[in-house]
This record gives sequence, C-alpha cells and structure tokens, in this order.
Amino acid sequence: MRTRASVLGLALVVVAAGAAAETRRVAEQQVQDVAAQLRCVVCQNLSVADSPSETATQMRTIVRERLEAGETPEQVTRYFVDRYGEWILLSPPRHGFNLLVWAAPAAAVVAGFTLVGLLLARWTRRRASAGPVVPSGVDAAMRERIRRETEMEP
Amino acid sequence: MRWLIPLSAVPVLALLAYGFRVNPRDIPSPLVGRPAAAFSLQTFEGAPLALEAQHGRVVVLNFWASWCHPACYDEAPVLERNWRAYRGRGVVVIGVDIQDKLEAAQKFMRDFSLSFPNVQDTTGQVSVDYGVYGVPETFFIDRRGRIRAKHVGALTDEVFRVNVERLLSETTG
Amino acid sequence: MIPELGGAAAIVALALALWGAVVSAIGARTGRPALVLSAQHAALGVFVLVTACFALLTYAFLTFDFSVRYVAINTNLGTPFYYRITGVWGALEGSIILWTWMLALYTLIVILRHRESAHEFYPWVLTVMLSVMAFFLLVITVAAPPFARLAPVPADGRGLNPLLEDTGMITHPIALYLGFTGVTVPFAFALAALITGRVGDAWITLTRRWAIIAWYFLSLGLLIGGWWSYHVLGWGGYWAWDPVENAAFMPWLTATAFLHSVMVQERRRMLKLWNISLVIITFGLTLFGTFLTRSGVIASVHAFTQGAIGAFFLSFLALVLLTALGLLAWRWDALGAQGELDSVVSRESAFLLNNVLLVAAAFTVFFGTVFPLLSEAVRGVKMSVGAPFFNQVNVPLFLALIFLMGVGPLIAWRRASPDNLLRSFLWPVVAGGAAAALFSALGVRSALAVLALALTVFVAATIAVDFSRATRARLRMGERLLPAMGGLLRRHNRRYGGFIVHLGILIVTLGVTGSQAWSVQIETTLRRGEAAELAGYRVRFDGLTATEESNHFKVAGAFTVSNGRVIGILRPAKKFYPQEQSPIAGVDYRLGLGEDVYLVLGDFARDGSQATVKLQVNRLVSWIWIGGGVLTLGALLAILPDRKKPA
Repeated sequence: MRTRASVLGLALVVVAAGAAAETRRVAEQQVQDVAAQLRCVVCQNLSVADSPSETATQMRTIVRERLEAGETPEQVTRYFVDRYGEWILLSPPRHGFNLLVWAAPAAAVVAGFTLVGLLLARWTRRRASAGPVVPSGVDAAMRERIRRETEMEP
Repeated sequence: MRWLIPLSAVPVLALLAYGFRVNPRDIPSPLVGRPAAAFSLQTFEGAPLALEAQHGRVVVLNFWASWCHPACYDEAPVLERNWRAYRGRGVVVIGVDIQDKLEAAQKFMRDFSLSFPNVQDTTGQVSVDYGVYGVPETFFIDRRGRIRAKHVGALTDEVFRVNVERLLSETTG
Repeated sequence: MIPELGGAAAIVALALALWGAVVSAIGARTGRPALVLSAQHAALGVFVLVTACFALLTYAFLTFDFSVRYVAINTNLGTPFYYRITGVWGALEGSIILWTWMLALYTLIVILRHRESAHEFYPWVLTVMLSVMAFFLLVITVAAPPFARLAPVPADGRGLNPLLEDTGMITHPIALYLGFTGVTVPFAFALAALITGRVGDAWITLTRRWAIIAWYFLSLGLLIGGWWSYHVLGWGGYWAWDPVENAAFMPWLTATAFLHSVMVQERRRMLKLWNISLVIITFGLTLFGTFLTRSGVIASVHAFTQGAIGAFFLSFLALVLLTALGLLAWRWDALGAQGELDSVVSRESAFLLNNVLLVAAAFTVFFGTVFPLLSEAVRGVKMSVGAPFFNQVNVPLFLALIFLMGVGPLIAWRRASPDNLLRSFLWPVVAGGAAAALFSALGVRSALAVLALALTVFVAATIAVDFSRATRARLRMGERLLPAMGGLLRRHNRRYGGFIVHLGILIVTLGVTGSQAWSVQIETTLRRGEAAELAGYRVRFDGLTATEESNHFKVAGAFTVSNGRVIGILRPAKKFYPQEQSPIAGVDYRLGLGEDVYLVLGDFARDGSQATVKLQVNRLVSWIWIGGGVLTLGALLAILPDRKKPA
C-alpha cells in the first residue's frame, strides 16, 4: 500500500516536473522572441536576444520572469517601452509616422514596376510601329544557330 | 524638368546635415513627470533602504559603476560635496551601483569617502525600471516621488544645485 | 622627425593632386597633351608620396613612437607585432590613408592601361580621380592628421580596440576599401563620358572589368565582415543590419544592378541615362558609407568618431552629387532612350526587373538607415530601425531576385518565344516544384525556407540546363567532354563567369536560409562537471583557466563537446583589456559543413565553480563562406581577356 502510494507520488512528481519543464521550455523560445524585438541599450544595434553583454543578460532575465509571471509578450515589450521610449524597439511600431518606413519598400517597388511598365510599353509600341523584321530565306539550321547565339550571349 | 535630378539630392543632403545637430545617443526619458519606481534594497553596510521611505524629501538618485571612467570618477566628489551641503535641508542622495564587483565598488566608495547611502542593483531590475542605458545617470525626484529631471553623464555642481533648489522650493500638497 | 616628414608628404601630395586635376582638365579643353602628361606625372608623384606616408606611419607603429597621437591611441607596449602593422588602418586617420593609397594605386593602373586606349576620356578620368584624391588628402592634412603629435609623450599607449585584434582586421578593411575605391574608376569614366558628350557604349566597354573588380571586392569585404562578426563579436550572427553594414551593402546592391543593366546597353544600346545615374548613385553611396562611419550621425557599432570630419565628408558628398547630377542634366538630350522591344517577355525585361528590385532594396535599406534621423527631424521622437525591420522587408525582394537570377540568363533577347520558354524552363520549374514538395514532406515548417530552397533548386537547374545544352552542342560537333566544357568556359567566359557567380550567390543563400531557419541556441549556467545538451551535442563545463597575455588578461572556460563521442574541447573566453570598460567576449566554435557548434562564455564564478554559457548550433553557416569562394572563381573567370575564335 505504501509502496503503491510512493510510486504514485513519484509518478506525480515526475509528471509535474515534466509539465514544469514543458512550460519553462516554451517560455525560453518566447523569451528569445520577445528579447529579439528589444534593442540592447549598451551595444548599438544588437538585440537583447543576441547581445552577450551583462545588461542584455539582465534584461533577458527580467523578460523571462515577467513571461513566467503570466504577462503577454505585448505587455513585456510595453513595460520596456514605458521606461526607455519607443527607440528600444528594434522595429518601428506600425502606426502613425512610422508607417512611412514600412511603406517605403512597397512604394519603391511599385514605382519601379510602374516605370518599367511604361518604358516597356513605349518600347514595344515603337517596335510595333517600325514594322516586323522577317528574315526571308533563312533555313532551319541557320535559325537554330541564330537562336542558340541569341540565348547564349551574356 | 531635367534639373529636378540634381535638385532631388538636396533634401537628402539637408537631412544628413540635420544629423549634425542631434546626438543619436542622447535619448530623452519618457519617465520624466511620472512616479519613480519603487525599490527596496540593502545598502553596502547592510541597512535596508526603500525609496518610499524617502517620501517628503527630495531624492537625487545616481547610477554609477566603478568601471565607469572617467565620468563616474569626475562626479563622485560632486555628489559627496553636495550631499553634505544639502542633507540638512531634506535632500537625500542615493547611489545605485550596477554590474559591479563588490570589492571594486567598496574601493570606489572608500576612495571618494562617500557617506551617502549606496545600494547594489545586482539583478538589473532597478536599472531597467529607470530606463538606464549607461552610467552615470542621475534622476531628480521631488517630494511627492515623481521623477522631475534626468541627467545623463557626469554631474556638475551647477546641475545638482539648479535641480535640487527648484525641487526644494516647491511645497508639497 | 619622421612624423613631420609624413605630414609634409601629405601636404605635397595634396598640392600635386590639385595641380594634376586642374592641369589635366585644361589640357583636355585646350587640346594640349603636354599638360595631360604633367598631370600624369603628378599622379605618379601622389602615389609615391602617399606610399611614403603609409610607410612612415607603419614605421611609427613598429617603433612604438608614442609621440604620435594616433600611435599612442591605437597600440601599447603589449600589442603583438602583426597587429602593430595592421593596426595602422585600425582607426580613423590610418583608414583614410589606406583609402587614399588605394585610390592612388587605382589611378596608377588606370594610367598604365588607358593612356593610349582611351584618348578622349583619359584626361577627364585623371581629373576626376585626382580631385577625389585631393579631397581625401585634404582630410588627411586638415581634419584627421595621422601624424599629429602628442605632448607630453606617454610612457605607454592605450591599445588597439580588442575587437580588431583578429585576422579579419587584416583582410576586411582591405577588401572592402578596394571595393569602395574601385567604384571611383567607373564613376570617373562616367563623368568623362558626360563631359566629352560621348555617352554611348565606349565608356561602358572600358569600365566593364573595373566594375566587376570593384563589385567583387565589395562582395568579398561584406563576406569577410560577416565572418568577422560571426567569429569575433560573440553573438553568433554574421549580419546585424548595423548602419555601417548597410552603408557597404547599399553600393553593393546598386553595383550589382549596374553590372546587369550595362549588358542591356552593350547589347541593345538602351538605358544610357539609367546606367550613368546608377554609377553616380553607387559612387555617392560609397561616400555616404564613409560619411556614416566617420560622422557619428547615426549610432553604430563601427562609428569611428564624431567631429568636424563629418562635415568634410558631407560637403564633399554634396559637391560630388550636385556636380555629377548637374552634368547628367546638362547632357540629358544625348542620353535619350531609343529603345525597341518586340515583347515584354524578354531578357531586357528580366534585367529591368532585376534593376528595379535591387534599387528598391537599396532604397529600402537607405530609408531604414536614415529613418531615425527623419523621425527626429519631423516628430522630435527618436526611433530605431533594426534587424527585424530589414529582414522582413528585404526577404521578399531577395527571393524575387533569386527567381530572376534563374530566368534572366536563359530567356531570349528581344522576344522569348513559347518554344524558348519551354525548352529553357520546363525542367527547372519541375525541379523547383519537386524540391518544394520534397522539403515540405521532409518536415521543413518555415514556408519561407521552403520557398528559398525551391528557388535555389530552380536556379541551379537553369544553370545546369544551359551548361548541358551548350556542352551537348559541342559534343555533337565532335569535341570530347572535358575540352568541350573547358572551351565553353573560356570562349564564353563572361557568361559562364556570371553563372558561377550566380552559383556562389545560391550557395550563400543556402547558408543564410539554413542558419536563419534551423539554428538553435540555449543559455544556461553550469556547475563544474555539469553538462548542457542541445541538438544532439553534449557540452560539459570542466573549469576555468586564467592567463596573462601580452596586452590583456584572459579567463577561458574549458568545455568538452561530444555527440556520442568526444569532438573536442572548446575554450570560449572573456578577455579583460585595461583600456576597455567591459570585457570582450571571446567565442570558440567547431565549424562543420552541416552545422557549427558555437560557445560564448558569460558570467562566471571567481573560483571557477560555475559559468554561464550560451550554446548555439548554427546550421549551414559554412556554406556562406564557401559561396564566397565560388563567387571569387566566377569573378576571376569573368574578367579574363576575351578570346575571339573564328566561329
């Protein structure tokens, strides 16, 4: 009876330890994810996740403690932003003026594609109005060679 | 139309020139005007020190480290001097030592004969609570416990007196 | 005595450079070859004098001449011999001398190669290169004099930045600066083309190899920088989108665009305006890069210093941009596009898209880098833009570029017929699709990683298709296999050099994808004898050892690494330099083809009873460096002299 109880107790302990280990392991990746969003304040351009400095290590510990205490990642980042300002975020939050930097790449690509599109339209229109160039009396072997050369040249 | 091309370089150059007027490392603190974060630590002598216990007094909270050359070494005598001058007028200077070795910190305090209370922030919690990103940094906290000013870099007599006098002249309540 | 000689040499060099720049321009305008010859001699004189400067500074380093401020700041009595040589370019003043010396070297080579073959351009090229050199010599003599004295003379110096005590210190600045300064040559030719009005293909043909060489050294510099970051900085990464890293990356992007768009101009006589603009932008970006590094305007890991020197560089950048773009506007009419195209589906389109994506990426990086400034100027709020932003916005662009890398070389000029498309792309598309299915089935969870891998397979397949087709054609004509392949490479060395470079990029992509998607890490505190486990590796902490090195104090941990059997003992360390506030992390690693085991030592107990260690298993990182090697081979092949055999 006692042996069975102690075996059960042991099993419970093992299960509990496994569960605790499970939550701790999940939080570790979360810790890394949250820390990767924060700028290491003493290192210039490394994240708190990456930096080997002592400050960053202490900040990672604080992140871990707050996540384990039940805070969400957003709450943890907000905690740091409240104390350091928005610059502690490595990625500008997507609202207000900061949308400019997020929109810039898309705008550049769209502008570029539009420009290229207009250019191509003009070039093909000019070509079409110039009339087709039809090589007459060209046999298959010659055509094959022309094709190979056209494709091969850098 | 074509001259737009060289002209388009001008705004970019202007922006870069603007960069000379600002220091990228000089970051304003969002904590100014907000209540100072509470902490409760032990001084190097072993006595308990809680920030709330200082309510009613003007607090000069200074973050330092023994490895912080030369700024912390420059300001230590300033802090000690002004502490002795103002302690009778309801001002308390508290030093927070960060990321330091015990012996090095104690030597620092001995070398400058620091008589104001100093605590060690071993976990970094206090540093983070005050948004500290380097040493030395000094916070001026009024009698109601609100942070009223932050000074980055070595403290001078001038800065100390201007801020403390201003906070002393305010009446609480 | 020696320092004064060095200072004097710089001043004389400045005078010569100014003289040469002016005289060469006058000689070109008035048609007097004697003046151009004088400028040529001036350039030679500049080279000799700058070499002397360099040698004198090195001598000061080697003899511990602490009366020279630059020497006193960057070495101390304990600095090892080789770092006393490489430390010459370890900080601001010396790096400017290195830059100037490379400019002088390039000018010399340009003189030797082009004084006969490029008659119309030559004097103006000389003017531009001498003017640029004059600016840097001005910086040396006025803003950042390397031979400034220090009084009283200290007994010992401060010491080299410990992060620079590394083989990367020897190679990274040299490669990168050869790239930066190399861009000056195509730029000079572009300006010469604008000034003389000869904006056709001549200047492009003349500068083709220069562009490849400059581009190659930029690539090499970036890769070595990544390697240096990886094995010295102690965070296990190779690229942090630091503003100064970006400053080197932007000209690389536009230089890559230029390498491709010139092919369109060579072949189809189109994009004249665009090509000149690209070169001007690329050169402007190299100046912007050097401005960023030295002005402290944007906080960065690398930033050398703050002060008046930033104003110097910004003024020069302004002068260069306004002059060059002004010349461009002046010659606007001559640069008109006469383009014709049969179909949108053609190589021209592919190259245009390639350019759009590359320049968009450069713009994105630029905008993100200066955004903190912009935000402060407009809102008064300091923002920061870091790796998460750059990764997110650039990855789609780069994936699209990889796709184009497969399409471009095979799609036909002018118009790609359905037949051409089918023959060239059927198998690669199938291969790419199969790869995507395979990797998904193998359990790769990241969609981006699957896409990147599939695209890599697609592009590799296009290269294989092309090479095998061309080889088979030669085999059919009676050649044997190896001579056929070798002959192909040699006869069409530009094309196949390009292919090999693309292959190198693919391998780098593989490395980046693997390391981003599949690397793992843990951070843990171990007591002596305790072990941590990660990804099949077992790392046991055996203890600490403390040693006194010539210029620092080192505490190294001994960690036994095993994965079934003992692989070795890694010794990550913390190095304490007297001149540095905080210790420098020394990492130790075991590199492998598939994965690297990487250890960083954190805090430790004084008595060695326990230590905190960060353990990383980084996947496929070595492929990044291997890709760099392949890239080198491709670039070498591409710049070989043309061999025109009768068809």
